Amino acid sequence: MAENPSIAVCPACVSIPSELIGSAGEAKSDRSRRIELSLPTIHCAACISGVETGLNRLPEIEGARVNLTRKRVSITVKDIPGIESYLIDLLTSWGYPAKELDSAALDQEMVDKVGRDLLARVAVSGFAMMNVMLLSVAVWSGAEDATRDMMHWISAAIALPTVAFAGMPFYKNAWTALRVWRLNMDVPISLALILASGVSLAETMESGRHAYFDAALSLTFFLLLGRYLDHRTRVVARSAAVELAALEVHRAERINADGSRETVPMDALREGDLVGVAPGARVPVDGVVTEGGSELDPSMLTGETMPEPVGPGASVIAGMLNLTGPLVVRAEGLGEDTLLQQITRLVESAEASKNRYTSLAEKAAQVYAPLVHILSALAFLFWGFYSGDWRLATNIAAAVLIITCPCALGLAVPAVLTAASGRLFHNGVLLKEGIALERLAEVDTVVFDKTGTLTTGKPVLTNGPELSADVMAVAIAMAQGSAHPLSKAIQEFGAEQGLTPAVLEDIIEEPGMGTRATLNGQEVRLGRAIWCGVESHDVTETASWLRIGGDTPVALLFEDKLRPEIPETIRALQAEGTVVQLLSGDAKAPVKALADKLGIEVWVAEATPSSKVEKLEELAQEGRTVLMVGDGLNDAAALAGAHVSMSPASAVDASRTSADLILVGDDLFEVVKSLRLARIAKRRILENFIIAAVYNVIAVPIALMGFATPLIAALAMSGSSITVSLNAMRLGRKS
Amino acid sequence: MNVLAYLIPISLGLGGLGLLAFFWMMKNNQYDDPDGQANRILSDRYDDSPEDEA
Repeated sequence: MAENPSIAVCPACVSIPSELIGSAGEAKSDRSRRIELSLPTIHCAACISGVETGLNRLPEIEGARVNLTRKRVSITVKDIPGIESYLIDLLTSWGYPAKELDSAALDQEMVDKVGRDLLARVAVSGFAMMNVMLLSVAVWSGAEDATRDMMHWISAAIALPTVAFAGMPFYKNAWTALRVWRLNMDVPISLALILASGVSLAETMESGRHAYFDAALSLTFFLLLGRYLDHRTRVVARSAAVELAALEVHRAERINADGSRETVPMDALREGDLVGVAPGARVPVDGVVTEGGSELDPSMLTGETMPEPVGPGASVIAGMLNLTGPLVVRAEGLGEDTLLQQITRLVESAEASKNRYTSLAEKAAQVYAPLVHILSALAFLFWGFYSGDWRLATNIAAAVLIITCPCALGLAVPAVLTAASGRLFHNGVLLKEGIALERLAEVDTVVFDKTGTLTTGKPVLTNGPELSADVMAVAIAMAQGSAHPLSKAIQEFGAEQGLTPAVLEDIIEEPGMGTRATLNGQEVRLGRAIWCGVESHDVTETASWLRIGGDTPVALLFEDKLRPEIPETIRALQAEGTVVQLLSGDAKAPVKALADKLGIEVWVAEATPSSKVEKLEELAQEGRTVLMVGDGLNDAAALAGAHVSMSPASAVDASRTSADLILVGDDLFEVVKSLRLARIAKRRILENFIIAAVYNVIAVPIALMGFATPLIAALAMSGSSITVSLNAMRLGRKS
Repeated sequence: MNVLAYLIPISLGLGGLGLLAFFWMMKNNQYDDPDGQANRILSDRYDDSPEDEA
């Protein structure tokens, strides 16, 4: 990484005030367990020792170790109830925001056995290649007779077992393909390895001049390296995805028959269980409200920003945010018709209808493998019949296979993808699979969801300045007692403008309706229209009403706050010739207002999950390649069906699973940067193919004419592999 | 040329030692947290004694 943050620039890590390190009280239990916390902001040596020394000083903690690569800390701690949230608060107060990881989900993350196996093979072939190369130097520089034979025999003793052991992944893949009468990239590779080793062994026995042991080994080494890079990219992406899933700790507060409340894991809930939902929490299950009244924010599910009032008897859907009052919900059947089930079916059908994408590497292999085999067979037949010397013919055929062998092709794609995904990761974007990057490079249309994607989902007061100071003073005072997002917006406005709240008495919050108080003997109400006695009105925005005594109620208007980087993002996309569209489940008025404000010409409002998918299919039929950016449950199917898709880390589970890329940093401008990077990456891949082809165009005629020596083979192979890797690495430096 | 008789085995032996060391490191999970190891070396906490694996 070019601009890795140095240790000097790390304000959070300068020092940790020791007085902040408190104690969680007496240890009540001798049993210990392991907690994994995600620490997204740690990045330097001071962070590591800060977290480790700080934690290890606590009496409850038996051991803490930071893993900087995964940005986690693994803590062995005495089993005290609530220790997790205590530790999270503590770490956050030290300047490291922490999140708990669900250990059950992490346990599924196996030790990467395949990766270790590949790495071992890379190491063995690298060791063998270097030694045999050294021995070959002697032969190239003119060793003859007995000396040359000795060098060849030692090389054979090193090379043959290595080729047999290290080349195993290629032989296995080639065999799988050949069994069903197909060709893949591994067939020419395996053939070249076996033929090169066989021919060289025969030559050595006959005291011949040319042995290709070094070429066979460097081929194995570079190809394995490509495989290993490819594997690493996928493992990093997969473990990051597992980690995201583990970030959501699924727990619910169950109310037992005796009225006691107990926090239980989600899968312990049964149908008919009563579940408590505190204000500010998300509804954990689909069900029916049995007690309490409140307002629910459905924006994660439908994209609508208008809160929905609920009371006993109302049905609620898992994922809605409880705004005002505590609720008791009875868990209902997990039958066919829950919203989540419908979405899952839509996601499946959207995935099924998506075209299978042929990656650049596959396309290259389809052209390449038959060509190489035909060339080599022709060379064998031609030289056999022309000279009558079949040993020479075999030698030339082997030389053609070795020289054309897709060494650089094997590295061309993985080297670029590794560099690109590393760069994306550095920018806070997770790439779930390499192919998504190739798809991303083709995008010409970006479709955004509105709520939660373009906007923060947090309302702001818009008509504050138009209202009189007296009204605002009362509104601020009323809002102070409430945790409702609209009340918070009023408080924020007050704090920004430096307004003083009026003095009120008897403030009472009526869940689901609003707040009531007394001002100089008059009743004051703030809340829903009905609560303030407004029968009909023509306000289309999200509004809260304020009535002071017998006066006419005044409307306080709100709008969903735009993410600050959005206008710039949209402008940059449009400037680069990308078409931007808006596809929202929210009502017409707010969608239109936002589209006009941002200069987006095409927008769709009141979209349902299935109409979102249909809209994307329409765009695909027009020949557009679409990047869908969305976060809600209603976007999940559209994300799965789009050519390529992106989700902020704050998105619901289903959407994150469907999306190809995840924005961990929550900065939407990364959409633009990722698109640019993907385009550069694709260009690099194509350049690499051209480089590999140029080497072949030069070397193949030499081999066909029978002039190829092991020295030329070694030079061509190493030369092309190194050029290709260097070309890929340029990507890591440029932004 | 007789020098080759022991120089080649020595060079192969040294290379082999390197290979064994690599396998040992891999078995001991030293490739699990490359960024962490790179940064830990900058801290003077472990200068006097090696750290305990938590």
